[in-house]
Amino acid sequence: MNVTGVVESKSTISEVKRKTKKNLFTKVKKSWQLYVLFILPLMYILVFHYYPMYGASIAFKNFDPVLGIGGSPWVGFEHFKTFFESYDFVRVLKNTLGLSLYSLIAGFPLPIILALSLNYVYSKRFKQAAQLITYAPHFISVVVMVGIIFMILDPRGPINNFLTLFGVKEGINFMGEADYFKSIFVFSGIWQNVGFGCIIYLAALTSVSPELHEAAIVDGASKIRRIWHVDIPGIMQTAVLVLILNMGSFLDTGFEKVLLMQNPLNLSASQVIDTYVYNVGLVSALPQYSYAAAIGIFKSLVAFILIIASNKLAKKVGQDGLW
Amino acid sequence: MNTKIGESRGDRIFTVCNYIFLSLLVLSVLYPLIYVLSASLSSTNAVASGRVWLFPVEFSLLGYKTIFEYSKIWTGYGNSLFYMVVGTTVNVVLTILAAYPLSRRDFYGRGIFMFLFVFTMMFNGGLIPNYLLVQDLGLLNSRWALIIPNALSVFNVIITMSFFKSTIPNELLESAQLDGCNDFKFLFKVVLPLSAPIIAVISLFYAVGHWNSYFSALIYLRDASLFPLQLILRDILVQNSVDPSMMGDATQLANKIGLQQLLKYSLIVVSSLPVLIAYPFVQRFFVKGVMIGSLKG
Repeated sequence: MNVTGVVESKSTISEVKRKTKKNLFTKVKKSWQLYVLFILPLMYILVFHYYPMYGASIAFKNFDPVLGIGGSPWVGFEHFKTFFESYDFVRVLKNTLGLSLYSLIAGFPLPIILALSLNYVYSKRFKQAAQLITYAPHFISVVVMVGIIFMILDPRGPINNFLTLFGVKEGINFMGEADYFKSIFVFSGIWQNVGFGCIIYLAALTSVSPELHEAAIVDGASKIRRIWHVDIPGIMQTAVLVLILNMGSFLDTGFEKVLLMQNPLNLSASQVIDTYVYNVGLVSALPQYSYAAAIGIFKSLVAFILIIASNKLAKKVGQDGLW
Repeated sequence: MNTKIGESRGDRIFTVCNYIFLSLLVLSVLYPLIYVLSASLSSTNAVASGRVWLFPVEFSLLGYKTIFEYSKIWTGYGNSLFYMVVGTTVNVVLTILAAYPLSRRDFYGRGIFMFLFVFTMMFNGGLIPNYLLVQDLGLLNSRWALIIPNALSVFNVIITMSFFKSTIPNELLESAQLDGCNDFKFLFKVVLPLSAPIIAVISLFYAVGHWNSYFSALIYLRDASLFPLQLILRDILVQNSVDPSMMGDATQLANKIGLQQLLKYSLIVVSSLPVLIAYPFVQRFFVKGVMIGSLKG
């Protein structure tokens, strides 16, 4: 009895398997044209995003261009150890985290304030002009942006000219001082992106129900109270979403801009993980591919953990996460 | 929000403060742009001695004249235009090819593919493996190095996909299928004509990205005749290295320094002009793109 039962169930299992296989085949066949469309993008993603993940295995090897990625000898965590024990590690990590945190904290509230402020402008023309002007710097390229920073902060530039009015005699070489680097980086970033960053909040504000405002007005709420009790709760969800998205790219710190602003005088404040990888791996006369790749992996991992953690955190405080 | 009647005193003060705050903000955004423009229209002498602060001093077009005679910049302009046009075309085609199947609920394996795509936004192999890949493919120092490795942005795939999902109703597909329309035909004859707004949005995102990028060119290109404008700008604006042939007849040192400064201002204006002129006309598309992007796929 038992034996036959087992046999029976086995045969049904294989039958079910055959059926699903057949289903799978018909399903694929039915929409084969979609697969044809999809093949090119899929290949791109596999070659240019997943193959480099395999290539990152050189972090655990001593990469030799002659032997290739697969043939180079394994060395385990040696490169990671070298990095963690090096003098640069602490400095680079400190700069990366410091710059990221500074950008995140200083850059987060201003777009919200701008959106709230624009929301209470009645003159349509003024509002449009303000939007047009504040969005514009977003489209300036990094190179030009850094060029403008250099000129404005030049020892003989307008900022220094302005400071002479207050008795500062000699022009300050802002770019040559490590102490100023982070602030210059962060506030020029805000200058460039505050307008564009506020679009998303403006959109969120339009979806705040006008009835809530009417009710608040009937109850005698002032505008400040309405901002505080109606508008801000209305855009909370969006703000959390933006914060999570920013956390995901937390460690990227506008690498291209840092690289341009970097010079030997401010290096102690401007060397971040990405520029370090670039300098060690591609610029130096003896490129240390494996070592640089190990540092790159370290960064990717930390970034990955950060985005997962911030998503969890968002769910914990009662907001919808990204997934 | 539109009830202006019966504003209390506090509200009126708030409104005034609000206008003052916004005006200050707008002015502080505007000032550096005006300064650069004015300086580019001033004389070398005025620029070198730092006399320009708002309006052009001793109006002159010398900076622009010098740039127009400098062939490297025009090669860069041409190259950038090429990268932008070809790159954007490749980008848009691939993005649509990826986004359309992913938007179809009956696309078997959609979940897995979606995961494969989204995961790349959170984790990547890093700079060095990407560089080695481009090297192994033999793309180093070729125009394709700036186009193929950046052929697709997953972010744009997601916004395009959510556009398809929300604007192409399933009934449309079903009725087309009843009429014997296959997936290819449906995409080209039905979906694409309905997708002009999203194609405009992603084209703009991609095009501005290509025009403004310098880093890929910096690491992948060696041959100066392939350099995009941004890389040439980097040499002049950031690295401060100006080709002596550019300085022409400016013999005195003071003149040279002044001209070098002046050149930078004019260069900034010339290189940013196409984007900034087009910008007011296409602004609403960008805004739309940000809105679509903020919807969750």
